[in-house]
Amino acid sequence: MNSDDRKPLRNTLILIGLILIFWEGCYLLIGDVALRSPWQTVRFLGTLMQTDTFWGHLSESMQAFAWALVIAVAMGLAIGFALGLHRLSGDAFEPMLVALYSIPKITLYPILLLAFGLGISAKIAFGAIHGIIPVALFTLTAVRSIKPILIKTGRVLKLSPSLMVRTVLFPAAVPEIFTGIRVGFSLTLVGTVLGEMFASQRGLGYLLMNAISLYNVDLIMSVTFLLVVFAATVNTIMLIIDHRLHHR
Amino acid sequence: MKGLMKPVTIYQTIVVVAFIALLEVLCLVGVIDKVTMPPPHIIARDFVRMFARGEYFSDIAVTMTNVIIAFVSAFVIGVLTGTVLHGYRTARDVLDPLFATYYAIPIFAFYPLFIVIFGLGDGPQLLIGFLLGVVAVIVTMLNGLDRVPNVLKKTARINRLSPLQTALQVTLPFCAPYLLTAAKLALAYAFIGVIGSEFILARTGMGYEIGFAYTNFDNATMYPLIVLILLLSIFANGLLSKWETVLLRRRGQK
Repeated sequence: MNSDDRKPLRNTLILIGLILIFWEGCYLLIGDVALRSPWQTVRFLGTLMQTDTFWGHLSESMQAFAWALVIAVAMGLAIGFALGLHRLSGDAFEPMLVALYSIPKITLYPILLLAFGLGISAKIAFGAIHGIIPVALFTLTAVRSIKPILIKTGRVLKLSPSLMVRTVLFPAAVPEIFTGIRVGFSLTLVGTVLGEMFASQRGLGYLLMNAISLYNVDLIMSVTFLLVVFAATVNTIMLIIDHRLHHR
Repeated sequence: MKGLMKPVTIYQTIVVVAFIALLEVLCLVGVIDKVTMPPPHIIARDFVRMFARGEYFSDIAVTMTNVIIAFVSAFVIGVLTGTVLHGYRTARDVLDPLFATYYAIPIFAFYPLFIVIFGLGDGPQLLIGFLLGVVAVIVTMLNGLDRVPNVLKKTARINRLSPLQTALQVTLPFCAPYLLTAAKLALAYAFIGVIGSEFILARTGMGYEIGFAYTNFDNATMYPLIVLILLLSIFANGLLSKWETVLLRRRGQK
């Protein structure tokens, strides 16, 4: 039991080691022109974190991301429950949602910019449309696969629709929904950063694009590093929770 | 029976038509102003006009070529890597956390880095499209190979097939539905990767032209191009999905 528990941890550590070796190898191969070593990147990130402008960009990105995530989860759950409870609507909309999921949503960003204007609301909307679909799709599947006996029991007890969702459907569907939220989290983050990279004056994505025009390799490497570490850490924590929920 | 539409198809058609009609009404009434979005019938007219004039064909060709290169390389390398990796338990265990977190990482954040390393051109775009797709292919491939029944593997061994023969004649045909799923994912990611990169920073391509039209308030160009990208990706995805369903149905899995 104990050695089984430690195995993923050991593998993760080996993997991180391999990535660092690969990174250092690339650095030695390509050199200072276009890359920085892991150590240099971390050190530059340290100095970057002492500047006020950096925190301004970071808080802008995080704010946009947080709002986008809240909207994505709320709307995804609402759509997922509505479609999951109505067979025909679910059948009709599911393939359409899958098709929407596969389109390059970045093409819609100019439309959002025209609708919302340059600023945080366009970014939030763009992050949210990335996250809504996975949350909705996972919720839809989760609600559909709930054991009919649970729903029947709820009906026998004459639960109101809202009570039905809160006390029966939601608890039964939680593991799947959480998987959806995990996927939605990642995509919302991608969406928010992507939006900042295309058209924005603030945020980490803007910082990245600005660094290209300034040819500031230190900045590019450390912001990319920060984003990757943040995404990977949160996802790993959510994966562990996910795993526990599914094995209850 | 065949001529009749299924209720689901009718429902979907109604939804799509109603959505477009709603947009049309909102635009005509003025809830959505002209600067934001022209009414759908104007977009349709611009779309036809764009094709009739043959505008942007070179951009469309550039984008499509890059999408296809990114798709094919992600698919081929992914299938090969998956097949090889399936034989090495330890390597797979070590890479497992990477596969699990890979899609949480904003791959697009690497685009500036790739531009610095490879220069502004097709290279970084292809790399983004490839990187987005390849891991999905590997994971799907491993998933399929895990499900090859032992009896098939034993039969291959009894017939003394070489590893290559086993792969070509036994395991890969068995994995055909998985290969299709992998192809679908790789294609979607190639679209997203290439067009997304063109949007952020590029000199040619449909994504670049949309970005350019956006900065110039050129809705007559922007909307038809957006519609074209949406139609292309939905069409490609639909085609592969249909094929996938046919394969699965033949095996009685759906």
